[in-house]
Amino acid sequence: MEQLIVKKQTGKRRRPALVAAFYVLSTLLVAVWLMPLVIALFTSVKSMDELMGNAFMWAPPRKWIWQNFAQVWQRVGMSRYVLNTFIITVPSVLGTLFVSSLAAFALAFYQFRLNRTLLVVFIAGMLIPFQMLMIPVFRLSDLVGLRDSYQGVILFHVAFQLGFCTFFLRNFMKQIPYALMEAPRMDGASDFLIYRKVILPLSISSMAALGVLEFTWIWNDLLWSLVLLQRDILKPVTLGLANMQGEFISNYNMTAAGSIIAAAAPLLVFLVFQRFFISGLTVGAVKG
Amino acid sequence: MDRVGIIKREKVWWVPWAFLALPLLMYLIWVIGPILVSLYYSITFKDSIFYPKGVRVVWLRNFIRLATDPQFYLALKNNLIWLAFFVIVPVPLGLFIAMMFNLEYKGSRLYKTLFYLPMTLSFTVIGTIWAWIYHPDFGALNTFLRLLGFESLGSTPWIGDKRYMTYALVFVGVWRQVPYVMILYLAGLKGVPVELVEAAMIDGARWGQRFRHVVIPLLAPATVVAITISIIDSLRAFDIIYVMTNTKARAAEVLATYMYSSAFHYQDYGYGSAIAVVQFIITLGFILIYVSNVLRNELQQ
Repeated sequence: MEQLIVKKQTGKRRRPALVAAFYVLSTLLVAVWLMPLVIALFTSVKSMDELMGNAFMWAPPRKWIWQNFAQVWQRVGMSRYVLNTFIITVPSVLGTLFVSSLAAFALAFYQFRLNRTLLVVFIAGMLIPFQMLMIPVFRLSDLVGLRDSYQGVILFHVAFQLGFCTFFLRNFMKQIPYALMEAPRMDGASDFLIYRKVILPLSISSMAALGVLEFTWIWNDLLWSLVLLQRDILKPVTLGLANMQGEFISNYNMTAAGSIIAAAAPLLVFLVFQRFFISGLTVGAVKG
Repeated sequence: MDRVGIIKREKVWWVPWAFLALPLLMYLIWVIGPILVSLYYSITFKDSIFYPKGVRVVWLRNFIRLATDPQFYLALKNNLIWLAFFVIVPVPLGLFIAMMFNLEYKGSRLYKTLFYLPMTLSFTVIGTIWAWIYHPDFGALNTFLRLLGFESLGSTPWIGDKRYMTYALVFVGVWRQVPYVMILYLAGLKGVPVELVEAAMIDGARWGQRFRHVVIPLLAPATVVAITISIIDSLRAFDIIYVMTNTKARAAEVLATYMYSSAFHYQDYGYGSAIAVVQFIITLGFILIYVSNVLRNELQQ
């Protein structure tokens, strides 16, 4: 190791052959890997005539027909599906952030006998197969009148995402010095006040990071809407697209345009908040 | 921790529980409760989802039925194919790509960003796009194969032929999993000097030694996570299969979709729960490996 560190200081020189290999290989790799997305984009702006006439799906469109998007947005009803997804996703993300911050606070700052057990339950819960929950959650939602309603899906998302969010936020809060908790306590502040006025403000950045990730996950969910929602007017964009895929199987430019609409919000969120996104995905993967 | 804190904590033992009340209640209602209920349903016969009157306890009969159900074995076999490919392909490939992008040459950030993109898309979007790529007549895959001169291969209905469908679907899953594993390895590589990785990628023999004795041990925690998470993901596969085959292609079925179709298409809720329980038990082993790994990392801190 020592030898290597010395090398790091002296040898910044890089071999041109290696650099060239890096660029060729990386470009090729990314080009091949993203080909499906390029195809989707091109397909979405082609006419059906061009799709059937030109054998090459990867060829750029001769004429860019943006009306495909307008048609999917209005006539197929994508606008409604996108709105529904917002109605489900935004409260779910805010709800799960709030509720999990309570649990994370308890697990990060108090020593009690079941602390570790609860942490394990939260971590394990986030990884279980959804099939284990489907029938009871469906029945429960039906029993209390939440089936086929936004609230039913939102409450489920809030509850299920608690596992990951608590784990994530607790890891962050563990790094906050305990003194910050102790000092106001000596001054007589209640623990809830400390949570609200000290710890929560300090956790805002990590909650934002978590929010970005949760937004994408909940936005992309298909299964729970499939199980809990029947009325078409409530369905989110993933379900709308899945239905479209069945109905418009031959109008591929339409389904491709629908896919891009369904992907737009998470894609945008990812591009803007990329760093947050990655820090969230690697929690539990490395120390800290 | 000073004495005041300890005394205070003892006095108000219920304070953490006050904070935990709401989250735990929600978790009990929507996650832990349902797991227990599913375990119970798996030993019952239920042909209606709504009326508890229809419940009849049949003990292990659902599981005995599973043991003689060829469709179950097919789903299990397909799950094993998913699992195998989710380990064999993304782990080495993700490691290689992570090492390459980790060289931090100019522009590697852009490459990383682009490579992540599939991770942000829903399986519904991914499935929709790939269904078109696999189209037997117009699909890009077959067009490409024909272009290369593989005329007969170039007319294969990839998701219509039961010999290929599972592999075609797994391929799509792997396409999305590789960037994820790469992210995990990139995080793991943060502690490894770039020069070491660079040397690893160019110097033949000496490199092999260093790779084995330095890089691999440093990346061991990331590898454990990458493998366990990929396995858990492979056992959870549902959306891709649902979107691309509408769960009507029985030959492509895995445990997750077989459970769904048994319960929600054939109204066989007890049987569906039994399938879920099998899926749960298989997954649980890997979940425990993951959790113990997380806890071990924490104790080392």
